[in-house]
Amino acid sequence: MKSILIATTALAGLASAALAEGEVNVVSWGGAYEVSQVEAYNKPFTAETGIKVNMIAADNPATPLKAQVEAGNITGDVFDIEVSDAIRLCDEGALVEINPADLPAAPDGTPAAEDFIDGALQDCAVANIFWGTVIAYDNTKFPDGAPTTAADFFDLEKYPGKRGLPKSAKRTLYLALIADGVPADQIYEKLATPEGVAQAFAKLDTIKDSVVWWEAGAQPPQLLADGEVTMATGYNGRFFDAMVGEGKPFTIIWDGQYMDLDMFAIPKGSPNPEAAMAYLKFATDTQRLADQAKYIAYGPSRKSSAALVGKYKDGTTDMAPHMPTNPDHMTTSIMDDPEFWADHDAEMSEQFNAWLAG
Amino acid sequence: MAQALDPHAAIATQAGGIDDGPLTTADGQPLARALRRSQKRAKRRAFLLVLPLLAFILLTFVVPIAQMLQRSFYNDGFSANMPQVSAWFADTERGTDPDEAAWAALAADLTAAAENRSIGVVGTRINYDMAGTRSLFTSTGRKVRDGLEPPYQAALTEIDAKWADPVLWSTMREASSPVTTNFYLASLDRKRDAEGSITQVAENQRVYIMLFLRTFGLSLLITALTFVLGFPIAHLLATLPMRKSNLLMILVLLPFWTSLLVRTTSWIVLLQQQGVVNDLLVWANVIDANGRLQMIYNRTGTIIAMTHILLPFMILPLYSVMRTINPSYARAARSLGATSWTTFRRIYFPQTLPGLGAGALLVFILAVGYYITPALVGGSSGQLISNMIAMHMTDTLNWSMAAALAALLLAAVLLLYWCYDRMVGIDNLKLG
Repeated sequence: MKSILIATTALAGLASAALAEGEVNVVSWGGAYEVSQVEAYNKPFTAETGIKVNMIAADNPATPLKAQVEAGNITGDVFDIEVSDAIRLCDEGALVEINPADLPAAPDGTPAAEDFIDGALQDCAVANIFWGTVIAYDNTKFPDGAPTTAADFFDLEKYPGKRGLPKSAKRTLYLALIADGVPADQIYEKLATPEGVAQAFAKLDTIKDSVVWWEAGAQPPQLLADGEVTMATGYNGRFFDAMVGEGKPFTIIWDGQYMDLDMFAIPKGSPNPEAAMAYLKFATDTQRLADQAKYIAYGPSRKSSAALVGKYKDGTTDMAPHMPTNPDHMTTSIMDDPEFWADHDAEMSEQFNAWLAG
Repeated sequence: MAQALDPHAAIATQAGGIDDGPLTTADGQPLARALRRSQKRAKRRAFLLVLPLLAFILLTFVVPIAQMLQRSFYNDGFSANMPQVSAWFADTERGTDPDEAAWAALAADLTAAAENRSIGVVGTRINYDMAGTRSLFTSTGRKVRDGLEPPYQAALTEIDAKWADPVLWSTMREASSPVTTNFYLASLDRKRDAEGSITQVAENQRVYIMLFLRTFGLSLLITALTFVLGFPIAHLLATLPMRKSNLLMILVLLPFWTSLLVRTTSWIVLLQQQGVVNDLLVWANVIDANGRLQMIYNRTGTIIAMTHILLPFMILPLYSVMRTINPSYARAARSLGATSWTTFRRIYFPQTLPGLGAGALLVFILAVGYYITPALVGGSSGQLISNMIAMHMTDTLNWSMAAALAALLLAAVLLLYWCYDRMVGIDNLKLG
């Protein structure tokens, strides 16, 4: 907390010095994702409105958002946060409510409330992307037949080698249940019971000794590239970047992908509320969401954007087959349930940590 | 008469031969007062000189730590937003079943909190102590915004039967006072049950005590390793001729100046299964290609990387003390017939103790709070308590829990410092 407090104080000093009319401070996740937002949203936004956009990177923007609200010293205008955090912070009264009627309609006139995919509009936040946690493997490691399902991830005999998994209850328990034969639509029912949780841990036990645990999104492609693991789960955009951007020999298994939303939210008391709202509307219109897909393989949150998704920035790769929202990839996908995790994240994390350490 | 009774006055009178009062300065002021005044001025000047440092330490060290400590036992998320039901809890004794007045207070508070959008804060606070209840508050909040009809007990239990749970009421009673020990209890794998007595949490959720023990165990081991590895190097540094010792010193200092993150990731490059060390071992036929050693992403990785990173903190204090040890003592011992082992044990080693104490204290305290290295190379078995604090800071956003864990860590380190002071004496600490 000390460093956060100092950081926020320092940030406040910087921001108030830099605050002029017509600026908006956007706090996002950095890396390739930030680049895609700068290209797709910020540059055209500044060109059209003359409002300057300052990008601020954070490990998880929900943390500085909460810190700034608690300290009563808000310096960010727009925050890019996960859906569970958006709901949580909205319930805590930290965010500005957003009326769907204020958002731009689709080009064919469909109102925003119908154009956004289910769950993409919350009381206080508007989604911009869908992203998936998926399994990827190193093509060179399985010459006698490649894995194709989530169950294969747990099959150490047929597909030998270490596995890369995130150090998180939320992003591992579902996979264990899927691999154990639980249908995707029953995952949360299972996880709500102690027996279901025990079943998930029992399945994880079968590979526990062969797992390399990762914590940052950049790690799984790196672990695969280093040959440290033969299969890993990770964020689909990162794997895409390694495969298409860097030409690594990886393949993604879309079976049992875990889908999540990232959303834009505006904290109550932000320094530039009008510019913030203008930015939020601009960034979540049909064309901008489709434009972002040119730079990173994350699916736009509007139905009308899907048709506009074209090629990767290299000009040759079609983006549609790499999108987590591609219908072929969604047959066994699990959608993040923010309510469930708001209730159970702490409890499951504790069990998960106890299981890991034991 | 009075003058004669005062021996000092008498002496002054006899010695100086002046009989008009105490000593004075040239301008006629009493000497004692002038001295006091000038001392006061010097003190004030000295204080002004350290004032910037004092302000800096207060602002960046004392205040944040105090704020953090306050958070570990003070959380008004429930009491501030649920005033009526909190008042009911204050008026009734523990164990009282909620009557219709309590239900009415609860309904009124829920409605108000839902309207102010503070219901999430309330739910989160209760969820810390009773997992799975946050959505009970937020979903009920959404329903009661349109208004509730009495009787409130029936109305609320109809929305969700969980409202009648006695454990929930006991948890709310706990939270109705902003001052709580629950976060400390949770840090020690304990909780309160419906009757308010302290019990251990379920076995599959006990993690903190084990992690505290592991943190202290590993820190002790790392301190011992840095001593075993650092002592001979410090001795060489102190005794080699200047040219050679300077070169050796560079080898100690260069890693010291290199970023922590760079050194940690270098260890990953060296130790991973497809890494340099394993490649060399396979090449030398010590192990075969399928039997590559797992040296990282586990406890071994944490120990190796942390020992390397903390080594200079042991070598440098040892070196600075060894430099001052006069070699003629050892020579004298040898000339009196001591073997080299006896000379080392009884003459040389005791003189290095102040440096050893400083080094061990530094390494141990740094190791206890280490975060980046175990997070990167620790895997599942090499995690320390600091990683759990970071998780509560950034993932679960339960800052009270993070504060309680950090406060316990701080208390343990202070306790260690106190023990050290009692046993060895902090005056014997030498850093240079």
